[in-house]
Amino acid sequence: MRYVAPTSVDEARSLLVDNPGSRVFAGATDLIPQIRAGRPQPSVMVDLKRIDRLTSVSHRDGGWAIGAATPTAALTANPEFATMFPGLSEASGLIGSDQIQNRSSWGGNVANASPAADSVPALVANDAQVVIASAGGTRTAAVDEIITGPGQTSLGDGEFIIEFTLADMAAGTSDAYLRIIPRTEMDIAVVGAGVRLTMDGPTVAAAKIVLGAVAPTAIRVGEAEAALVGNTLDEATLAEAAEAASAACNPINDKRGTIEYRRQVAGVLTKRCLLIAADRAQNGTA
Amino acid sequence: MTATENPPTYTWVGTRPIRHDGYDKVTGKARFAADLDLPGQLRAVYVRSPHAHARIVSINTAAAEAMPGVKAVVTGADFPDLGAADPEYDVSVNVMARDTVYYHGHAVAAVAATSRELAADAAAAIVVEYEELPAVFTIDDAMADGAPLVNETNFTKFVKADEPSNLSTITNLERGEVDDAFAAADLVVEREFTTAAVHQGYIEPHACVVDTGADGRASVWCSSQGHFRVRSSTAAVLGWDVSRVKVTPAEIGGGFGGKTTIYIEPVAARLSEMAGRPVKIVMTRDEVFRATGPAPASKVRVKVGATNDGELTALEAWMAYNVGAFGNVAGLVGAMSVASYKFPNLKLEAYSVLSNLPKSAAYRSPSAPHAAFAIESVVDEIAQKLDIDPIELRLKNAAVEGDVTAMGMPHPRIGFVECLEAVRESEHYQSPVPDGAARGIAAGFWFNIGEQSSATVHVNEDGTATVITGSPDIGGSRASMALMAAEELGLDVNSITPLVADTESVGFTDTTEGSRTTFATGMAVVQACRDLIDDMRSRAATTLSVDVGEVIWADGAAVAEGHDPVPLASIAAQSKRTGGPLTASASLNAAGAGPSFAVHCGDLAVDEETGHTKVLRYTAAQDAGTAIHPSYVEGQLQGGSVQGIGWALNEEYVLNDDGSLDNASFLDYRIPVASDLPMIETIIVEVPNPSHPYGVRGVGETGIVPPMATIANAISRAAGIRMTALPMSPPHVLTALNER
Ligand SMILES: Cc1cc2nc3c(=O)[nH]c(=O)nc-3n(C[C@H](O)[C@H](O)[C@H](O)COP(=O)(O)OP(=O)(O)OC[C@H]3O[C@@H](n4cnc5c(N)ncnc54)[C@H](O)[C@@H]3O)c2cc1C
Repeated sequence: MRYVAPTSVDEARSLLVDNPGSRVFAGATDLIPQIRAGRPQPSVMVDLKRIDRLTSVSHRDGGWAIGAATPTAALTANPEFATMFPGLSEASGLIGSDQIQNRSSWGGNVANASPAADSVPALVANDAQVVIASAGGTRTAAVDEIITGPGQTSLGDGEFIIEFTLADMAAGTSDAYLRIIPRTEMDIAVVGAGVRLTMDGPTVAAAKIVLGAVAPTAIRVGEAEAALVGNTLDEATLAEAAEAASAACNPINDKRGTIEYRRQVAGVLTKRCLLIAADRAQNGTA
Repeated sequence: MTATENPPTYTWVGTRPIRHDGYDKVTGKARFAADLDLPGQLRAVYVRSPHAHARIVSINTAAAEAMPGVKAVVTGADFPDLGAADPEYDVSVNVMARDTVYYHGHAVAAVAATSRELAADAAAAIVVEYEELPAVFTIDDAMADGAPLVNETNFTKFVKADEPSNLSTITNLERGEVDDAFAAADLVVEREFTTAAVHQGYIEPHACVVDTGADGRASVWCSSQGHFRVRSSTAAVLGWDVSRVKVTPAEIGGGFGGKTTIYIEPVAARLSEMAGRPVKIVMTRDEVFRATGPAPASKVRVKVGATNDGELTALEAWMAYNVGAFGNVAGLVGAMSVASYKFPNLKLEAYSVLSNLPKSAAYRSPSAPHAAFAIESVVDEIAQKLDIDPIELRLKNAAVEGDVTAMGMPHPRIGFVECLEAVRESEHYQSPVPDGAARGIAAGFWFNIGEQSSATVHVNEDGTATVITGSPDIGGSRASMALMAAEELGLDVNSITPLVADTESVGFTDTTEGSRTTFATGMAVVQACRDLIDDMRSRAATTLSVDVGEVIWADGAAVAEGHDPVPLASIAAQSKRTGGPLTASASLNAAGAGPSFAVHCGDLAVDEETGHTKVLRYTAAQDAGTAIHPSYVEGQLQGGSVQGIGWALNEEYVLNDDGSLDNASFLDYRIPVASDLPMIETIIVEVPNPSHPYGVRGVGETGIVPPMATIANAISRAAGIRMTALPMSPPHVLTALNER
């Protein structure tokens, strides 16, 4: 196993093409534990962190470009970002612990394609797009188009994510993310819920609800979104959204939680997220 | 050696100096077993069973032996058959399977190679052919009629047994007439409780380096709670005399009972003997979870009778402990741990039950937490039903000196009542329960043990001193040894160097277990110091030309009336002229280990929509007899509390259908993380143990006994649900809430 740290996208691209069995990595907080657990060793470990664009964060022209290898600690510590996307920032800040967050990246969280990845529901709720380096050049895709199943992505051989793009949060809009874990940190989401709401006074003008860890991939809950739009967040509406969220789940029984538990709590987190996001959308996030 | 109820004020005992090993620990210089590397050393890797129960048909190591870097391979055939009657037989078979594997992860072979990677490659090339046998994993399945036999060498102890069985021990204890008492009781509460297997979770995996020389003698460096036991077990498994094995204790990164037995040392010794090079074994975390002793799972049925005014009149309990594939006395010890309340009528039936799981090992007050979870939950339910304050109910029934335990042993002077009173008077208990939360109370008992200890104390030529014991220091005991020596000799504690010596440099000393070290090894240190003082008094008497009877020892000096005091330093400086070096050793078998009681108080809130519990405030009160170093006593109280809360809330062995462990990592075996818990508040109660010169009672274990019921009792009061199964994890709590 060889370690290489290219300094440009082109250099990384040709390393991947020239070396079958090579793998990119950012924080390696997924990759190294997986290798230790017996997954095949890459021929070449391609470190993306020396490529400027992959660790830079820029905000201009009504949108954000966030390098795919940027440590999540750099995002949660960026006040402009954290204020505009409080839910996405919180989701990123839940990954592991301080030590993990000094290394963990969105690129790794998305490409690892764990159904429980914390940044994913919040990224999808915020319509995050990715710019992908391909053999021929670059292409773009939405985050939910990248993840196709547990550990499965639509990224082709030699492709890697360069950056994430996000449009500025519009007025009257905000987001929230909550997860349930048995402990308070260093744990994997049993259920995660990401929500983005646009409020028109007390009325929901637009809603996106995305659940994690309750299906093979993060799922969008269209029924719950439909139940909200045009309504105020009264108890009946919240209950309807929660019920729709529970119904949308397609979870498994495993050591981290049962099917029944995940279903029930998905509704609870959805409801709680809606209230937080609505409050932020109406009253600002500070 | 007596202590008074109103102890004199001590100069050193009860102070909080920085521990002698502290600087090395915080600067990363302390040497743990895995830190040691010897020239030419090999690394060894295991082959482990992929079946929970199987006959080994054949093992082919030829391909592995031919691989690059491989220097030795061992299987069960390389170890003697001790015969099932040998006390170390189970250990020897657990260390390396012979013709049968008894649990998933049981060691089958090991390879020593020039690197860990090469050893792992070679281990993967060993071909083992198995014939699967039926396996059982639960108490119910193992006790069922016609259950497959777990281990054909197990015969039930304490009863006449002609046939092998899945029961390792059966214990029946009875006093009074429980049936009459239940009939006469105003209130009877009966419930069944279960607890999951839990691991001690020590942060340092088992590790050793062994160098077997051309003379056939093995030098062992390892992490253990008792290097003399490592010596005897290693020698036994190899069929050697103990004199062929020298064990040097490394610093130990936690044990909690789990390092009172051995797993790897004989394997490394044999590989080293075969290869002629030192061999190092460091278990992975995965191996620690799969193949070292957890504490047993359990099932306990409890029935308690009470009068309307809260007198507990009868206890009947049926207790079963799932001890894994080799017998042990968990059931007996569980029955012995029933000792907190007077219960004039009592009937206990306790079992140690075998299953095809790893051999269970000691874990802080082994077997007591399971029993206390059940009994303290039912006692609390009685307090709720009778609307009596839970502390008052316990005070009314608490055992005092002279009351007998379930075993029929009268309690010596104990501090249970004092612990209850301490919690009742505490700021915590006196303050209102936070909004949306509830408060739980529970008690715990552990008997503690004495056993054999040795100590050697040298007064150095400049008047400093060295205190040498054979007790691995797992909770700050070196500091406590130094404090007791400082008190005796009248020296500054920082002039004393406390050490833990290897098996050839100090007298035999039993394992650090049963909360015995500060008690028993402390006694040996005190005895050695007193012998030294006698020697120094007599030398001073000679120098001063007075009778030794006229010389007393005070403030670090020999004092005779009419003479200037002769300080220790000048006696030390003169020692060459007065009879040679000043040194004394003491060895003893300590009797009179005083039991330690604890009472815990916890406030918690339940998120009724998710089943998540949050501990808001937690206080642990415990009788330390005398706290030699209060900080380390507090550390024990806090550590026990935290481990017990983890056991209560989230820790559990999750098994796959084939008996393999599904959560063999700290990610999914959920011990508490720091942010889960508030600071654990402590109250040290001091009811001196009359059998110890400073009144010490061991404090290392009792702290883990009350938390499960403390949490369950708080959940009951918070949410109206009586949790009877551990862990009380969010899914289980939510299910109970849904069923409410
Ligand atoms: C102790 C611990 C706790 C954790 N807790 C959490 C948690 O709470 N929540 C959570 O969601 N995750 C958690 N994780 C998992 C992990 O930290 C996250 O998934 C993290 O975001 C991964 O980022 P990384 O940069 O370290 O990924 P890496 O390990 O570097 O990469 C992960 C995978 O993505 C690929 N990859 C990386 N970057 C790119 C890219 N730019 N383009 C294409 N492919 C790429 C790699 O080849 C690899 O397959 C935890 C991990 C540990 C060790």
